[in-house]
Amino acid sequence: MINMERRALLKTGGGIGLFALFSAVGLLKPGLAMADWNKSAFSAKNLDEALTAMGVNKPEVNDVFIQLTVPEIAENGAIVPVKVVSTYPNVERISILVEKNPNVLAANFIFPQGTEPMLTTRVKMGQTCSVIALVKADGKYYRSSKEVKVTAGGCGG
Amino acid sequence: MEMNRREFLQILAIASAGGFLLKNSSSYAANDATRMYDLPRYGNVSLMHITDSHAQLNPIYFREPEINLGIGAMNGLPPHLVGNALLKHFGVQSGTPEAHAYTSLNYVEAARNYGKVGGFAHLATLVKQIRASRPGSLLLDGGDTWQGTGQAMWSKGQDMIEACLELGVDVMTMHWECTYGAQRIKDVEEGILHGKMDVVAQNVKTTDFGDPVFKPYVIREINTIPVAIIGQAFPYSSIANPRYFVPDWSYGIQEENLQLTIDEARKKGAQVVVLLSHNGMDVDLKLASRVSGLDAIFGGHTHDGIPAPIAVKNRVGTTLVTNAGSNGKFLGVLDFEVKAGKVVSFQYKLLPVFANQLTEDKSMVALMQKHRAPYESKLSEKLAATEGLLYRRGNFNGSFDQLILDALMKEKDAPIAFSPGFRWGTSLLPGSAITMEDVLNQTAITYPTTTVTNMTGAQIKTVLEDVGDNLFNPDPYYQQGGDMVRVGGLEYTCEPGAAMGNRIQDMQLNGKPLDANKTYKVAGWAPVSEAARDKGGEPIWDLLARHLRNEKVVKVSTPNVPKLRGVAGNPGML
Repeated sequence: MINMERRALLKTGGGIGLFALFSAVGLLKPGLAMADWNKSAFSAKNLDEALTAMGVNKPEVNDVFIQLTVPEIAENGAIVPVKVVSTYPNVERISILVEKNPNVLAANFIFPQGTEPMLTTRVKMGQTCSVIALVKADGKYYRSSKEVKVTAGGCGG
Repeated sequence: MEMNRREFLQILAIASAGGFLLKNSSSYAANDATRMYDLPRYGNVSLMHITDSHAQLNPIYFREPEINLGIGAMNGLPPHLVGNALLKHFGVQSGTPEAHAYTSLNYVEAARNYGKVGGFAHLATLVKQIRASRPGSLLLDGGDTWQGTGQAMWSKGQDMIEACLELGVDVMTMHWECTYGAQRIKDVEEGILHGKMDVVAQNVKTTDFGDPVFKPYVIREINTIPVAIIGQAFPYSSIANPRYFVPDWSYGIQEENLQLTIDEARKKGAQVVVLLSHNGMDVDLKLASRVSGLDAIFGGHTHDGIPAPIAVKNRVGTTLVTNAGSNGKFLGVLDFEVKAGKVVSFQYKLLPVFANQLTEDKSMVALMQKHRAPYESKLSEKLAATEGLLYRRGNFNGSFDQLILDALMKEKDAPIAFSPGFRWGTSLLPGSAITMEDVLNQTAITYPTTTVTNMTGAQIKTVLEDVGDNLFNPDPYYQQGGDMVRVGGLEYTCEPGAAMGNRIQDMQLNGKPLDANKTYKVAGWAPVSEAARDKGGEPIWDLLARHLRNEKVVKVSTPNVPKLRGVAGNPGML
């Protein structure tokens, strides 16, 4: 069932080629992200502080145009997979915030015009709390959140 | 009845000679077997379901819980009903064999009357009978099949794999199977099961690219009607059990992927779509309300023997949610009438398997004997005898777990002990011998080491809160199944309806409040970390066997259970 072709491709170094290709067409632009680095937002110690630092005021909650996929219970708090897909037109930015992390803002993704607003990444979580996807589209902010439980494990069954 | 040890052993000797433990078929009404097992054919698509047998090939005793609390929206609803509340809800007449199978009411007397339950040779006879009346029917196995006995553990589930092939299981999914390691499952799937039994799980993916590890579903034709069986492995094998057994697999409920899978199966022409699930019943009930296109969920994991399906409405239709108990006690039979490509009606029976009412299937007996022979002498060693009833199942503790806790505290010289809240583990009637087999029936896991840990009062509270939340979180998606960790020595109050962090209250050791900053010695077993595995230690069964050989006669003490707050009148307890 496993897609062996893709595995073989990546193992033989094809993946590097793909990465280069994406960079060449401008899909990945590390420099752009650095330019937009918001130090006070990334240093924020709680959700309100982070939102204020990002200039966001009471984003509208929407679970239809933002699909946030996270595990209900983390298999490993150190690498919690997060997927965000947005169907708003003109998505400019997607941010991921982890409510009870020492630094709440985990990531900012900037989407150049014409890029499909979809991302998957992993975040580190210290304890059970909400993970929030914040989407900026057409200059407006929207959010969707889900709780991820971080547990000690054992004792099941 | 007070008796000294000598008298007791004499009684036990008589008992083993066969004169005392009743093998009393006369307790059954003349027509009980007919009433229970003559199931006229219904509809045109029939599916049989077994789950959570925990490798119990032989008939056993298994006492259902006297406490299985439902919290929040689950309060008072199946599966959180016990005793008469359960019987009343499902219209089961008290004083019948079925009432005994579904509840712990008047347990010891009823168990002596009706005899042992389950057993694959008896189950095989029943399966053959149902199959004969329902040509083309399929048999589904919800998992937790390869683990639960010494024999299964030593053979890495080989005895159960062959028994399931002999039984004619068509499709399976998994949970404890994963504790034999990823390689073992794949070897079995691609080897002995190939072309005979499908292993399905839509919610197991590789950790790197999220590729499926198993077939998400299969479509089988039953009387020319395409039926899709989607697999749902236990979502938390990588958390509730050691991660190192399945380091490259990722689990979870995967609700969105399930919806895509259902839609795909429908698109491919499946007229009936069912989920073979190891989620646990609360999770299944929530899931059924959120995904559409499932005709039924065949559920397991939480070991709930639920006499009738729960019909759950979702945005498009209705899904029937079942749960078929544990330890080989039950066979679920779901018949669908399918007309013009759609399910129009159904009939469901959860048949209790009473060993005294079913003949043994000869070829299954031969297979069982073959697998048992190498281990017979080891398993049948008599370690001690028990004066009282030994059982495990229940939210907080059972007498068998109390025995394990007592053994741990004594052998490890620790004032506090923890034992996992497993829901498998058979029961022993008063006056029974306790054999090595019985010990392994409570302890046979692949990470059995005993541990001694120095923990502060604060750490102890954190552990209890963590496990308590796995059991009592008001949102089932955040539960893991299993029961509360069993606690020896330490007394506490539990408020299941409180928020995490506030459920565990008033912890006391020897009448003194537990000090958050003081360090306490805590004995335990079944650690899930790699560090604990590498450190090693005596397996719990050796410790327990040594304790029993010393004790000789077990005087069953009242299990240490917490005081409960805020659950008065809850129909999930007797």
